[in-house]
Amino acid sequence: MKSNTLTIIKKEFARFFGDRQLLFTTVIMPGLLIYIIYSLMGTGIQNMINEGANEVVALQVENMPASLAPVLGSLDSSVVVTEKAVTDDDIKQLEDKEINAVLLRFPEGFDNLMAGGISNDSVPAVEIYYNSTNNAAARVNMILSTMFNNYGRPFTVSELDQASDESIGAMIWSKILPMLIIMMLFSGVMAIAPSSIAGEKERGTIATLLVTPMRRNELALGKIISLSGIALLSGISSFIGIALSLPKMVGMGDAADLGFHYTTSDYFALLLVIFASVLIMASAVSLLSALAKDVKNAGTMVTPFMLVVMLAGLLPMFQNGASDNMLVYLIPFYNSIEVMTAVFGHEMQWATVFVTLVSDVVYTGIAVWGLTRMFNSEKVMFSR
Amino acid sequence: MEEILKVDGLSKTFTLSRKQQKIERTTAKRKVAVDNLSFSAYRGEIFGLLGPNGAGKTTTLRMLSTLIRPDSGDAVLDGCSVVNQPAEVRGKIGFLTSELKLEDFFTPNYLFDFFSELHGVDEEVRNQRKKEMFGRFGIDQFAEVKVANLSTGMKQKLSLVISLVHDPEVVIFDEPTNGLDVLTARTVTDYLQELRSQGKTIILSTHIFSLVERLCDRVGIIIDGRLTACGPLTEICNGLSIEDRFFEMYKEVKGGEE
Repeated sequence: MKSNTLTIIKKEFARFFGDRQLLFTTVIMPGLLIYIIYSLMGTGIQNMINEGANEVVALQVENMPASLAPVLGSLDSSVVVTEKAVTDDDIKQLEDKEINAVLLRFPEGFDNLMAGGISNDSVPAVEIYYNSTNNAAARVNMILSTMFNNYGRPFTVSELDQASDESIGAMIWSKILPMLIIMMLFSGVMAIAPSSIAGEKERGTIATLLVTPMRRNELALGKIISLSGIALLSGISSFIGIALSLPKMVGMGDAADLGFHYTTSDYFALLLVIFASVLIMASAVSLLSALAKDVKNAGTMVTPFMLVVMLAGLLPMFQNGASDNMLVYLIPFYNSIEVMTAVFGHEMQWATVFVTLVSDVVYTGIAVWGLTRMFNSEKVMFSR
Repeated sequence: MEEILKVDGLSKTFTLSRKQQKIERTTAKRKVAVDNLSFSAYRGEIFGLLGPNGAGKTTTLRMLSTLIRPDSGDAVLDGCSVVNQPAEVRGKIGFLTSELKLEDFFTPNYLFDFFSELHGVDEEVRNQRKKEMFGRFGIDQFAEVKVANLSTGMKQKLSLVISLVHDPEVVIFDEPTNGLDVLTARTVTDYLQELRSQGKTIILSTHIFSLVERLCDRVGIIIDGRLTACGPLTEICNGLSIEDRFFEMYKEVKGGEE
């Protein structure tokens, strides 16, 4: 009995260690990916902090207490302190993100109030006005809040976030939805593409197609377009589900409360970029599937690629909005994520949508050419 | 006799992977599968390529059907070169091998229409031909049953029908009766004879002597990728049975070893 168990163990190990691809994806890749993902996340977080730290923020102080002036003046090299009354107009500008500032209002005679002893009826109230969707301002608010906490707090501090529901919502959507949409679209492609191409090789049905007079590029284009269409339907279904359920899931009421109201142009741009993403995904997975021997092999080959795409989907979480660099929109997959980030953040620009769409169509054309060559290659199509 | 296929110096060499080297028990990195093969086939005949397993029969037929490209040489089929006009050649041939499969998910009806469309057969002709072929092979009563649910014999018959949707002038069959039950095998061989009587040309490969004797007008004997003999069956046999004649040649080529 014991020897049989050992025989089975030996056979399973021989099977596993004899398959280099399986060995790579099971043993080496997880550690490698965790290292890459965590390193990139760490770098992203650090960049976000550095970006906030380097950005100059105006700290406008009303009724600056003489006792606090030196402390406030040396808060941080990126904070420029000005003494000026906080008006309703300043607060409105803060809400509209027209100024990059934090407004701090002390009661008149703050130092005297503090020196004269505080009764329950006369606790001095300090007000901080900021906009949480501005990373740098949010950081300064955090510094102030910590400083006042350490002061012993014989006064009240009100942190008054001027970010509208819409801008908070836009920030949340722009960080979460691109990743979710990309994941859903990729799942759709993964569900059908390996079976459609590697599956046809495995089942022997691809040869039946290849002996018809159909040109190979017609076959490649037909495969990519049909796979994209099906994955698009799957992606749209997932997207609707996400859009309807996410506000409830995060416990914030219906979607309108979180600023989930986008224009027709936003939706149209989103649809275009989703279409471009699906084309690129279907193309890439089709190419890998054509190289694979069978469906299982295709799954193994696509997994590392899928993880890279998922990782790209995570990047908006560590960014302050979409990039302004047009070159970014030439990078397949990442360009779609950036455009989605811009759309959900109410910062969509048609130029970036256009560059993304054109570059993705060009990449798809290249993939069709590559797939055509693979359909023509007896080595790729008939090797075992 | 009208020459419909002219094969001229066709050669094909495969690079062996380490895995294949192990299987073939060789250290050679390349294997010559077909070596300078030349023969002709004529309209309205059944031409058989006879040889043992691994002799190069399937590789030859795959080159003729444009699935793989020859390293050198060419074949002209009904005026079209397999090297330079592969799409045109594919329009003129019906190719069938046991390795060619049909999608399990679809019905015979759907597959017939699908492949007819790929071959550019117009709807009226397609419907007429479908009725005729489905009736001939008893597929009509299973026309709406998914391939996955058909018997093995019925699947083979359907594969045959699908490969002939466009009524090709030349039919290429790799081991036509391999894996078939006796009834289906008979149906297939009877149909091949029927095609011959309609003036079609059939090129088949086989290692079954009785099949060659029963069907072929002319035969090419292929051993180790080389054509050892080619001509009318009676000429090649020279009074012997094809089996005896084949082993005579085999011994000559292999120097007595079997």
